[in-house]
Amino acid sequence: MMSNLKPVFNNHKAFIPFVVANDPDFDTTVQNVLALANNGADIVELGIPFSDPVADGPVIQDADLRAFAAGVTPDKIFDIVAEIRKQSDVPLIFLTYLNIVFKYGYDAFCKKCQALGVSGLVIPDMPYEERDELAPFADKYGIDLVPLVTPTSGHRIEKIAKAATGFIYVVSSLGITGTRDSFSQNLNELIADIRKYTDVPTAIGFGIHTPEQAYEMAEIADGAIIGSAIVDLVAKHGQDAPKYLGQYAKEIRTALDNQAQQAV
Amino acid sequence: MKNMVEKEKLGRYGKFGGQYIPETLMNELEIIAAEYHKLKDDPAFQKELKDLLVNYANRPSLLYYAENMTKDLGGAKIYLKREDLNHTGAHKINNVIGQALVAKHLGKKRLIAETGAGQHGVATATIAALMGLECEVFMGKEDTERQKLNVYRMELLGAKVHAVTSGSMVLKDAVNATMQEWASRVDDTFYILGSAVGPYPFPEMVHDFQSVISKEAKVQLQAQEHTLPDMVVACVGGGSNAIGTFADFIDDPSVQLVGVEAAGKGVDTDETAATIERGSIGVFHGMKSMFLQDKNGQIDKVYSISAGLDYPGVGPEHAALADAGRAQYVGITDDESVQAFEYIAKTEGIIAAVESCHAIAYVEKIAPTMSKDQIIICTLSGRGDKDVASIAKYKGVSIDDE
Repeated sequence: MMSNLKPVFNNHKAFIPFVVANDPDFDTTVQNVLALANNGADIVELGIPFSDPVADGPVIQDADLRAFAAGVTPDKIFDIVAEIRKQSDVPLIFLTYLNIVFKYGYDAFCKKCQALGVSGLVIPDMPYEERDELAPFADKYGIDLVPLVTPTSGHRIEKIAKAATGFIYVVSSLGITGTRDSFSQNLNELIADIRKYTDVPTAIGFGIHTPEQAYEMAEIADGAIIGSAIVDLVAKHGQDAPKYLGQYAKEIRTALDNQAQQAV
Repeated sequence: MKNMVEKEKLGRYGKFGGQYIPETLMNELEIIAAEYHKLKDDPAFQKELKDLLVNYANRPSLLYYAENMTKDLGGAKIYLKREDLNHTGAHKINNVIGQALVAKHLGKKRLIAETGAGQHGVATATIAALMGLECEVFMGKEDTERQKLNVYRMELLGAKVHAVTSGSMVLKDAVNATMQEWASRVDDTFYILGSAVGPYPFPEMVHDFQSVISKEAKVQLQAQEHTLPDMVVACVGGGSNAIGTFADFIDDPSVQLVGVEAAGKGVDTDETAATIERGSIGVFHGMKSMFLQDKNGQIDKVYSISAGLDYPGVGPEHAALADAGRAQYVGITDDESVQAFEYIAKTEGIIAAVESCHAIAYVEKIAPTMSKDQIIICTLSGRGDKDVASIAKYKGVSIDDE
C-alpha cells in the first residue's frame, strides 16, 4: 500500500512545516495546522513531545514544555488530528521519539494513525538497524516510516534509501534542530548519492528559516522542512500564531514555486 | 536458547540493548565498534591497557577482609573490593582508561563525558590530562551544586565543566547534553560514556573494561579462601561497577548476584531511583531497557541522595540479568545508606561513597541471615570524601566552609 506522501512531490517543490502538537494549546494547534495547510503547506509535521528530546534544540524543547504544561498526551494529540480532519485533508505526519510509540503499542499506534489519516512517522532515535520492530505494523496500516539521512551517513545511505517509503528526511547539518545560517557543504553529493538507490523524494530539514534558504534547499532537494522557525513564531505569538504562520507559509510557498519555475 | 532474530542484532541482551540513536551518530558507532573489536584481541592494546591500570590507576585493587563488620554482623564473611583505592577514587577510571585508549587509536583529540556524582568526570578529566587531550564534562546543575568539590577538581585537571540546565538538571540531562554535543561535533570527539548504558557498543565496552573488578576478586578470593564467593553485591545506577562486579561470576551459578538500587525515600514513593523494581520496559538513551516512566512513555524525574545513582534507567545487561532471574535487584533508601556511611566509617575506618554505602547497607541486612562459612564480596565503588559535606548537611550538622 502506498501512502499519500510521495505524490505530493510531483512537479512541485514540497513545503513541510512542523509544529509541536498542543503548543500552546489544543485549539491553537488545530488553527496553526489549518493556517499552514491553507497557505501552501504540502505536508504538516506534528511533533509529539517527549520528556527527553535528544535530537532537538532549545526552541523545540521549550515548545515541548509548553505542550506539557497544557496537558499533552498521545491521545489528546489524536483528538487534535481528528479535529483537523473535520476541516482539512492535508497530509500529516508525526515526529516523535520511539518510546512514545513503543509505550502506546506499535500496532495500536499505527492503527490509530491510519484511522486518522496520518501518513507517516519520523522517529529520530530509530535508525535503520532498529526499524524492523516497528516496520511490520507500519506496513500493515500503510504508514510510511520516513528515514533520516545525515551528512555523516556515508556508506549507510544505500540501505537506508532502499528501504525508504514516503520521502527521505535529509538532515542539513550535524547536531540538533534549530535555525542556522549555513549548511553542510556536501548536500548536493548527499542527495545525488540517495538518488543512486531510490526515486523516493527527498526533503531537507534542520536549520532552514528564511525563504531564501528554502529556495536554495529546493534547488538541491524535492522539498524543504521548516521546524524551529515556525515554532519560534508560535512561541512569540501564542494564540495569535495562526495568522503569522499563514503569512510565513505564503512566503515560503512563493519561494519554492519560484524555484520550481526556475527548474522548468 | 537465544532467539535467532535477537541474536543477529548487534548489542542485544535478550530483548534489551540495541542502538536507538540518531542517524548522525550511527556511522561513528559502527567505527567505534569495529575499532574496539580489533583492539580487544590485540595483545599490544591489552598490554597498553594493563600498563596504565597497574602503573597509573593502582591496580589490582585490594580485596579486603572486613573482619570487624563480619564479627559485628555475625553471619557471612565479608570481603570488600576496594575500588575506592584506585587513582581518582572510584571504579570509573577502569573504563575511562579503556575507552580513552580506543579514542586515541581512532585519532580523536577531544573527550567529552557526562557525570553524575562527578567521579566519572574526574576520571575522564584525569586521563585527558595524562594523554594531552581536550576535555569537556557535562553535569546537571543540581549535581554541580551538591558535588562542588568534584567540579573544581575537574577544572584543576584542565577540563571545562558545563552545568546542564535542561530538564531536571541531573544525570539523565547530562547524558542528553553530552549526546547532543557529540552529534554536533563527532569527527574529532569521543564520548566516554561512564555507565553500562547507551547504544551498542558502549554497554559492551563498559562491561569489558569494568570486568577487571570481578576477574581480580575471583583470583584474590581463591588465594585467600580457596573458594568462590556465595554472593557478590554492588550498587547500581546505570550499573557500571555492578556489571564489573558480576562479569566474571555470571557463569558461576552458585554465586548469587545482587544489585542494590537507590530507593531514595522508598521504592513505593515517587522519590526513588529504583529502576528495576519500579520501572517498565522502554527505549531511551540509545537502548531498550528498564526505565522509570509514566504510562505515556515520558521519562520520570528520579530522586536519590546519591548523585551517582539517580538515573531513570539501567544498563541493558542488568535488565536482561533481572529478566532471566540470574541477578536480584533490591532497593536501599537514603536513610539506610546514610546509616551505612556512618557504620562503615566507624566499624572499618573507611569513608565510602554514598553510592557504595547502598551496597553496604544491603550487606548489613543480608550477612546476619547467612552462615559463617558463607562469603560475600561487596564492591566499594568509590571513596566518600566527596560526600562528607552533604552527609553532614543531611544530618543537620553545619560545617564551616559550607
